[in-house]
Amino acid sequence: MNLLFIVLMPFIGAPFAAAISRFGRLHAAWMAGAVALFAIILLIPGLIDVFAGQVLIQRLSWIPTAGLDLAFRLDGLGLLFALLILGIGLLIILYARYYLSAQDDMGRFYAYLLLFMGAMLGIVLSENIIQLLIFWELTSLSSFLLISYWQHRHESRSGARLALTITGAGGLALLGGCLLLGEITGSYELSVILESGDIIRAHPFYQPMLILILLGAFTKSAQFPFHFWLPNAMAAPTPVSAYLHSATMVKAGVFLLARLFPALSGTVEWFWLVSVTGLITLLVGAYIALWKHDLKGLLAYSTISHLGLITLLFGIGTPMAAVAAVFHIINHAIFKASLFMATGIIDHETGTRDMRRLRGLWRFMPHTALLTIVAAAAMAGVPLLNGFLSKEMFFAETLHAIDQSWGWLMPAGATLAGIFAVAYSLRFIHNVFFDGPPVDLPKKPHEPPRWMKIPVEILVVLCLVVGMLPALTVEPILTIAAASVLHEPVPEHDLAIWHGFSPAFWMSVIAMLGGVLVYFGFSTFLSLRTHAGDWPEMRAVYHRLLEGLFLVCQFFTRLLHIDSLQRMVFVFILFAVLLGAANFLTGEAAVLTGDRELLTIDGVSLIIALIMMAAAMSTVLLHQQRFVSLIMIGTVGLGVALIFAKFSAPDLALTQLSVEVVTIMLMLLALYFLPQYTPVESKPFRRSRDLLLAVLAGGGVASLVWAVLTRPYETIADYFITHSVPEGGGRNVVNVILVDFRGYDTLGEITVMALAGLGIYAMLEHLQLKGPSHDSLKRPWDEDKHPLIMASLTRVLLPLALLVAVFILLRGHNLPGGGFIAGLITAVALITQYLANGIGWTQTRLPINMHIVIAIGLLLAAMTGVASWLFGYPFLTSAFGHLDWPLVGEFELASAMAFDLGVYLVVVGVTLLIMVNLGMVHSESHFVKSDHKIR
Amino acid sequence: MEALISLIIGVLTACGVYLSLRGRTFPVVLGLTFLSYAANLFLLAMGRLVIGAPPIMADGMTGYTDPLPQALVLTAIVISFAMTAFVVVLALKTYKELGNDHVDGIHKP
Repeated sequence: MNLLFIVLMPFIGAPFAAAISRFGRLHAAWMAGAVALFAIILLIPGLIDVFAGQVLIQRLSWIPTAGLDLAFRLDGLGLLFALLILGIGLLIILYARYYLSAQDDMGRFYAYLLLFMGAMLGIVLSENIIQLLIFWELTSLSSFLLISYWQHRHESRSGARLALTITGAGGLALLGGCLLLGEITGSYELSVILESGDIIRAHPFYQPMLILILLGAFTKSAQFPFHFWLPNAMAAPTPVSAYLHSATMVKAGVFLLARLFPALSGTVEWFWLVSVTGLITLLVGAYIALWKHDLKGLLAYSTISHLGLITLLFGIGTPMAAVAAVFHIINHAIFKASLFMATGIIDHETGTRDMRRLRGLWRFMPHTALLTIVAAAAMAGVPLLNGFLSKEMFFAETLHAIDQSWGWLMPAGATLAGIFAVAYSLRFIHNVFFDGPPVDLPKKPHEPPRWMKIPVEILVVLCLVVGMLPALTVEPILTIAAASVLHEPVPEHDLAIWHGFSPAFWMSVIAMLGGVLVYFGFSTFLSLRTHAGDWPEMRAVYHRLLEGLFLVCQFFTRLLHIDSLQRMVFVFILFAVLLGAANFLTGEAAVLTGDRELLTIDGVSLIIALIMMAAAMSTVLLHQQRFVSLIMIGTVGLGVALIFAKFSAPDLALTQLSVEVVTIMLMLLALYFLPQYTPVESKPFRRSRDLLLAVLAGGGVASLVWAVLTRPYETIADYFITHSVPEGGGRNVVNVILVDFRGYDTLGEITVMALAGLGIYAMLEHLQLKGPSHDSLKRPWDEDKHPLIMASLTRVLLPLALLVAVFILLRGHNLPGGGFIAGLITAVALITQYLANGIGWTQTRLPINMHIVIAIGLLLAAMTGVASWLFGYPFLTSAFGHLDWPLVGEFELASAMAFDLGVYLVVVGVTLLIMVNLGMVHSESHFVKSDHKIR
Repeated sequence: MEALISLIIGVLTACGVYLSLRGRTFPVVLGLTFLSYAANLFLLAMGRLVIGAPPIMADGMTGYTDPLPQALVLTAIVISFAMTAFVVVLALKTYKELGNDHVDGIHKP
């Protein structure tokens, strides 16, 4: 048995469920059901060991340097929860198949449900608490998807957002708590943590850690004052509510209390924080539930109340209380899931969940009514049903501190909550199924499809069997689960129905009679039916807080964000200059010139430098005339290429040269659509201010370069130079660095390039611009769009240019060249065809989808890297060998060449995609219809 | 020679900064191009200036220039082309949508 596989199964199944639903509505349900069933079967071998009292722990190395293993744990508690999650999950899958209507996307529903199921299994089967936390967050995310399943409804979206915010914030607190816990015990493994309870409780971090972990548990389990997300999550489809709010999502919080019970409990802080929160939640939930008109609203508050009960039991902290808590977790999951499903049936068959309209349904759906009545009676704690047993254990446990001052408060509160629980359960039964004829129902009620009731029937039978024969049914699993909560043998207990006339028995009697009185009293004198059903909700407070937060954020944004790029750039550069100057002036070595030997200036270099600087300054001076400034900047770019060539960088010179050509073409194309002149806008003051800053920045950079160039330095390049030939198999060290030593960086860079290309494609889509009919001197454009000489010459030149490109590509590993340069040369050669012959002409002869070229290039580069895994080497390790080709002679073949080919394809693809699409922006472009877009 | 290169990089930076502070998209694109020239030369200069020693293994060669800055610059050139193209197209798009080519998106007559 493999616990990892059990957890992963639903995650693997989810995309399949989504995909398979295309072939038939119900396929997704079958898929999800098969996954849940298979996971249960996988769990079975573990049952024997766990029932024998063993704890199964399986681990896989994950991030060993951070002390993180993927570790899974199957003990009694984990097994109980896994069975609840999978068992009730399976029933929900069956139920939802009948509940969802034809308009609902089945695939999406079941995919989300499986994701959620996997996340829940991950929580309950995790050994490592950081890993537990990751699954914890996954439940928040996947429950967000489930609650917002009906995305078109506003309340679904806002309910899901609310749940995500509250549980997500709790998750953050839990993260802090878990990190503190790991800090205290020195391990994130539960086996260590559960053994070190004494160290933890004595540690100074105990209090903050406890508060943070409890925040996580309380938000998830909807404890007061965080309970308000749960009723709002009722906007989810009912199967989702039945699943999330009976056996799973909200139980994750109490699961955490149970899981960490041996490590955290037994202190005064634990007792007060947990039991008071639980008691308040128990009372508030039970009271409000009575006043809800919406069936699901009633169940939501009842769920809150029962979660409070469980929390209170853990807070009391006696071994018996923990047993009762685990027992009530089981019972609540069973009766609440069946009640939610019954509510779904009623909603489905009558069209409403409003108890002011639902009445007397007994006559229309007696079968469903009977099932619901039994489940509701279990919720109320009626004898012979499972709810009675755990509730009486609960009453007994509230009495354990009765002899202390205020000790009576807890049993009194419990009895009061019991009264309300009976009252709202009675309202559910009496109001819906009896009490006169229904009022104005949208649909004529009738029994649901046979199979829709099966899940409810199974659960109701469980309520009865557990209630009547507890020792035969629930006892074994309860014992092992409680034992793993307590981390010690379970105390003697007796799951009998009759314990004699104990105080707990009398509390049950009071609750039962009181509940009946309260319900009929309230419905007679306080008109339960006409009450507005609104209660001052924490939700309003939450929204206030949220609005306040937004206001604060807006305040800071307004304070810091200047609404002008010009000013922001100015401030940015100003501070860069100031910081640089300040560091230099206050630094120890405020000496500008170092002692390195310098090169002498030769005449040619001087002339080229002067031309470059003159061109650069003319670009600035003449920048109002855009076309002229573009020509000028082209000169500067060529000068840069010459500098590269001069200083032993032939690869850079080639790249710069080809990029320069493409860039100038690109800007010329763009300029065609833009205004030809830049107006003089800024005032002389501003211009001189900018000039001053520019000169300061330039001066700063120049002195920096000077300071660096006049100093000797240590380089790490020797490694690359000595290893290039033996390990990379190439003589061109720059190229070997690109495709081999730092191939991973290059892969990232071509990915960025591909993304830029696709971004440009997206921006240009449907963009139509009118070009001017005249140039800036009012001369009309030449009628001859494709001059014959140019067209003929480029056609002849194309094969030659491509040959050069191939040559440059192939020799790149050993001589200047490579994928980047060859790609640019190819792109220039092809763009020339478009320029000379028009897009339509070229397109019909070169019908290649550039997106695919880019994708193939990226894939090729990535696959080359992956291929080295197959031989057991790290990603992108180069392999090379020498081949003897007949006639050609010895020829070197390196796997890096395939990588370089990928680079080549991406560069060609992106460059052409950009240029050709930009060329087609013209709305009156000849030859090409606007829908004939290059892809 | 070192002084000359420092001067060139300084001038290119200054031109780049000045043009980047202009209010219309086209000069700003030119300014960014200047800045990328300056940055690329700056990176190359970090490997010091060496003449006639390209990092291409050959028999009989003793010293090579530092290949590392060159590898950095090579990808930087290509990426900055892609980014320039992106900015240029963004400028076109905003010009079409806003009806002016001011960098702040507001027409200031």
